[in-house]
Amino acid sequence: MQIYLPIAEVSVNMFLLLGIGGLVGILSGMFGVGGGFLITPLLFFVGIPPAVAVATSANQIVASSVSGLMAHVKRRGVDFIMGGVLLAGGLVGSALGVQVFTLLKAAGQVDLLVNLCYVVFLGIVGGLMMIESVRAIMRSKHAPPKRRKHNWVHNLPFKLKFRVSGLYISVIPPLMVGMLVGLLAAIMGVGGGFIMVPAMIYLLGMPTKVVIGTSLFQIIFVAAFTTFMHAVTNNTVDIILAVLLLIGGVVGAQIGTRLGVKLRAEQLRILLAAIVLLVCTKLALDLLIEPSELYSIATGDS
Amino acid sequence: MRLLAILSFVMLPLTAMAEEIVLGLSKDEVSITATFDGSEILLFGAIKRERPLPDADTLGVIVAIAGPNEPAVVRRKDRVAGIWVNTDSARVDIAPSFYAIATSGPMGDVLLPIEDLNHAISWQRRIVGEGGESFLQTSDFTEAFMRIKADEGLYQILENSVDVEDSTLFHTRINLPSNITEGNYRTRIFLTRDGRVIDEFTTEIPVFKVGLERWLYSMSQNQAALYGLLSLLVAVIAGWAASAIFAAIRR
Repeated sequence: MQIYLPIAEVSVNMFLLLGIGGLVGILSGMFGVGGGFLITPLLFFVGIPPAVAVATSANQIVASSVSGLMAHVKRRGVDFIMGGVLLAGGLVGSALGVQVFTLLKAAGQVDLLVNLCYVVFLGIVGGLMMIESVRAIMRSKHAPPKRRKHNWVHNLPFKLKFRVSGLYISVIPPLMVGMLVGLLAAIMGVGGGFIMVPAMIYLLGMPTKVVIGTSLFQIIFVAAFTTFMHAVTNNTVDIILAVLLLIGGVVGAQIGTRLGVKLRAEQLRILLAAIVLLVCTKLALDLLIEPSELYSIATGDS
Repeated sequence: MRLLAILSFVMLPLTAMAEEIVLGLSKDEVSITATFDGSEILLFGAIKRERPLPDADTLGVIVAIAGPNEPAVVRRKDRVAGIWVNTDSARVDIAPSFYAIATSGPMGDVLLPIEDLNHAISWQRRIVGEGGESFLQTSDFTEAFMRIKADEGLYQILENSVDVEDSTLFHTRINLPSNITEGNYRTRIFLTRDGRVIDEFTTEIPVFKVGLERWLYSMSQNQAALYGLLSLLVAVIAGWAASAIFAAIRR
């Protein structure tokens, strides 16, 4: 059944959108990621204009993060103070990102920037995750866990106590991490969980049990802010598209959670790394291989 | 050239009286609803005559439907440092967002170039490049513009698709794809003899979003802040409801 999207101004098969939402929902249930990095390229693929895809993905991420956060709040897995600091950086980054996005949209380079960001970040994250989880499997269960050492992060000024995380560190690194993620959220239409989570574990040294909840907490606000800014600045949030993706996503997340229980943590991470690298390779090839149509049309004054 | 133009101008009122178009449409307007998936418009009409039918059967009918004009930018990708990047661009000041031409015979037979110039019928005549420059000196950019528009089904040329019966009745169908822009679609029907336009009939087909689509679209444009908040509200409620429902199921 075809459905006409009022903002994207295209007619798309409803079940296709539900399916995309469902697929991404399964992944997000299995791996605890927002799935924005998959949704945005998939929306490009079905013919949604890039500007609408990016803005609407941000809206969809708000919903899936709210849903995820509820579970983590019950488990006391959210460090609200750390979340607040990350958020402060995130809002600045997001505001900057929307401005950069608007400028590049006018210059006709938005697709390039979005694709480059995807290739670089998916490549780095996917690669690191793959190496790390393969090593984890090789090492087997007997290897003792490594103690974290103090690094440069712990020698910066403006220290603050983060009780839930059990940390006493400077606010500068979380502010910077938040800002970077906010910037990417606005440009790529992602929640940034795939950058935020590793950064929190390896850079800030937060305990794993509070990482996902805290990341979700701050992603909600950054994604909400991004959605709002895109709606006001670019008029590109398609509410009908968001609702269709949501319905699929909610159902998919439940299936994903059940599937995830049956697999081991290392296997899950290898699988996620493989998916991330696959998307990365596809986008990289698009940039490297000569396109069949070299010309493109952008309507409107610019 | 100029003599011809004057001649045709002088002849026009005379011949126009002789043969005249009467038109009917299957739809007076096109509504873009939530389930809109393109639309087909059936145009039918008759040729009214006050004199008996002229001997030679050289009658031609041309139907041209044009969507609202909009500016555009055509960009070309080039390989820069190994990757494909938009480099050159050309502006199009005026071009119809949609343009379909249906004719009763090959374009060259039913329309003389001079008449095309007078009435601006063919694709190229509808497009104005940067700074009012005519698009007729077709560059790579203009060709690419028309090629992409044609690939998207937005520019159509349907030769021999107007059926003319007994030199009196004619009908044709034109498909509007689902990716059309809103606005008034100017519909022109030309009656030609020996490639010369003897009558022209103009009407407008409004194409607009209705209902929910209309409401959401105008809200996103005119009350962007409110629309943004509404989107967020929907997302938060959906997220909360999902977790509440599934928590209840698990119990």
